[in-house]
Amino acid sequence: MHALTLPEAHHYDEMLLASGGIRPHYRDFAHWLHSQSPQTLARKRAEADLMFHRVGITFAVYGDDSGAERLIPFDSVPRIIPASDWRTLEAGMRQRVTALNAFLHDIYHEQHIVKAGIIPAEQVFSNSQYQPAMQGLDLPHRIYAHITGVDVIRHNDGNFYVLEDNLRVPSGVSYMLENRKMMMRLFPELFASHAVAPVQHYPTLLLNTLRHASLAENPTVVVLTPGHHNSAYFEHAFLAQQMGVELVEGQDLFVKHNRVYMRTTAGHKQVDVIYRRIDDAFLDPLAFRADSMLGVPGLLSVYRSGGVILANAIGTGVADDKSIYPYVPDMIRFYLSEEPLLQNVPTWMCRRPAELDHVLNNLAELVVKEVHGAGGYGMLIGPAASNAEIEDFRQRILADPSNYIAQPTLCLSSCPTFVEAGIAPRHIDLRPFVLSGREISMVAGGLTRVALKEGSLVVNSSQGGGTKDTWILED
Amino acid sequence: MMLSRTASQLYWMSRYMERAENLARLLDVTHSLSLLPQSRGGADIAAALATTGALDACRARHPQLAAADVLHFMTFDAANPASIISCLKYARENAHAVRGKITGEMWENINASWLEARQMAAEGRPLAGFFDWVKERSHLFRGTTYGTIQRNDAFSFIRLGTFLERADNTARLIDVKSHLVGHELDDSAADFYLWGALLRSLGAFEAYHELYRDSLSARRVAELLILRPDVPRSLRACVDEIAELLPRIQGDTGHRAKRLAATLHAELCYDQIDSILAGGLHAYLAQFLSQIHALGAEVHGAYLEAA
Repeated sequence: MHALTLPEAHHYDEMLLASGGIRPHYRDFAHWLHSQSPQTLARKRAEADLMFHRVGITFAVYGDDSGAERLIPFDSVPRIIPASDWRTLEAGMRQRVTALNAFLHDIYHEQHIVKAGIIPAEQVFSNSQYQPAMQGLDLPHRIYAHITGVDVIRHNDGNFYVLEDNLRVPSGVSYMLENRKMMMRLFPELFASHAVAPVQHYPTLLLNTLRHASLAENPTVVVLTPGHHNSAYFEHAFLAQQMGVELVEGQDLFVKHNRVYMRTTAGHKQVDVIYRRIDDAFLDPLAFRADSMLGVPGLLSVYRSGGVILANAIGTGVADDKSIYPYVPDMIRFYLSEEPLLQNVPTWMCRRPAELDHVLNNLAELVVKEVHGAGGYGMLIGPAASNAEIEDFRQRILADPSNYIAQPTLCLSSCPTFVEAGIAPRHIDLRPFVLSGREISMVAGGLTRVALKEGSLVVNSSQGGGTKDTWILED
Repeated sequence: MMLSRTASQLYWMSRYMERAENLARLLDVTHSLSLLPQSRGGADIAAALATTGALDACRARHPQLAAADVLHFMTFDAANPASIISCLKYARENAHAVRGKITGEMWENINASWLEARQMAAEGRPLAGFFDWVKERSHLFRGTTYGTIQRNDAFSFIRLGTFLERADNTARLIDVKSHLVGHELDDSAADFYLWGALLRSLGAFEAYHELYRDSLSARRVAELLILRPDVPRSLRACVDEIAELLPRIQGDTGHRAKRLAATLHAELCYDQIDSILAGGLHAYLAQFLSQIHALGAEVHGAYLEAA
């Protein structure tokens, strides 16, 4: 276990050096920014708000049928990443996703990694995301996670760390695309003066990836959505439209003669690849949750006999679980015989007695998470917690140590951002999207999320987070 | 080719918008008639409700059938699924589900209608202005649709919804007037107001005078609203559109729907008003409504459900 080097007091800013100077890849932008009047910039921001409203880049709030829709705030200062940094990130993500797919194939087949003693059997097989139905099932090209969102942060040592892998139904890519379109409309001159890598071909890459996932000659691809009440519905509709494929709900599909069909105005049409944006548990009421109205009865049986491809595969959640995350570097070594190019955030597993001691002795400095928790539930943020909260959490950890992991409190890098009173640093993360098809492909970019509250490290859109355009500068 | 569910949502989006407009037309005219001295007030309005199938529900809520209660029930009462505000809500819900298949301008228009209607309901806006507003919003929606959407199957299903709904509504409206008169045919002075009101509610008052240049007669009103192809809310005009739309939909399905539409179309083209009246206006309209409902069911079975 290596420790993070934490420079005191200062966090890493993507644009500014500690000395106050400008990092080289931001110099042209800073120069341009300096030449703009505050009125012009304010007008451009108002224009962006209006356009996002009109396009309907909105974020449906659960349970709100008032007809009003909230907007995810868009910040018009781009997050710029130099080509050299991107090369590191890209190679690291490529390696990581290759290893994760190898891991998924392995645990649903021979389980070499368990037999080799690298990952304890109970960590895999008693994981709620492990799907026995996938055992022994051969998938074309052995691809499980066709689409992966890798959450990366830059710590104050200047290095990138992977915070988590999203192998189930990662979302956010529509914002990456719409943010770029918006920036090009608002500030075309910036794109003339910066060599920004394009991202707009993502839907083409995605469609190629999905088509490649099937062995059929000319496969029919659809996007499966839970429906317009889902918070990511806009993205589902957007991607279907951009790829030129149908956006279907469970009720549009049915199973007959061991194939999946959709109901159309011209009759029944066979479906070969389902880019599903609903969770495993809701896919097939006959196999999983019987009360699910979102899925397709009999889908699993067709899937198991190879009659249809699901992207991502069923059961990928076992590889992005917090209890498996600490083993990803070992997976890379085991399957690829390589050293990891991207680092994990150091993680202490409370199930190991020595690490449990360390965690219990340092609760006030650490972030402690439940291994299956998500969305900030069941979590202790040591530096922000009261003594009573820490003591309470100590008892919970002691009662069930293997349910917890702990990590140092990370300092996400910051990026200048428009705020009420001008421009100020706000913390950001990055989610690039990795596609696994004939080969691993990705567009140079990703979704940068920004915590708009001063000092906040929470970038989630449900908690006041916004987004930025992400520029990978070409050499 | 499009998803059956999508086609269904497009179809119902425009049906509900058209239904809201027709309700506004019906209630507007009925409301003005109820102010005439010989009117029975709420009872007359309630008789109009019989056409919408909402009379029993209304009587359950408002046993007295007071004019103001009945009108509120049919306009701003969100608990009544047959009220104008409910129709606007369902139109908007269907549009929301197919946002990717309609133009941004169509969506903005239908969404704004719903938001504004809710506001008006909350404020208790005077009804005459509200009816005009509903008609305007419906015109705007139809115009936006016509002016912005691609001419594909989506357009066909939207138009199909409009004209099936309109054919149904016009037939019911003519039928209720024949009931109100109490006997099938009469050109008496009292009935002058009723036939005039019917023409006004269908926007055909000017057309009548231009085409016939004569005083109102039940026979001519019936001919105009049933058989004239050049009056846009007549049964013939609606069925003309339907018979043209159905064969345009891509694919090999819907044979029975197409045949039924063609039969209905041929009847309206070659029927004559005297033979219709000889058999009884009410009987004719009841027969027409059952054919339109059968056609709606065939459209559902072939395209919108495709079970």
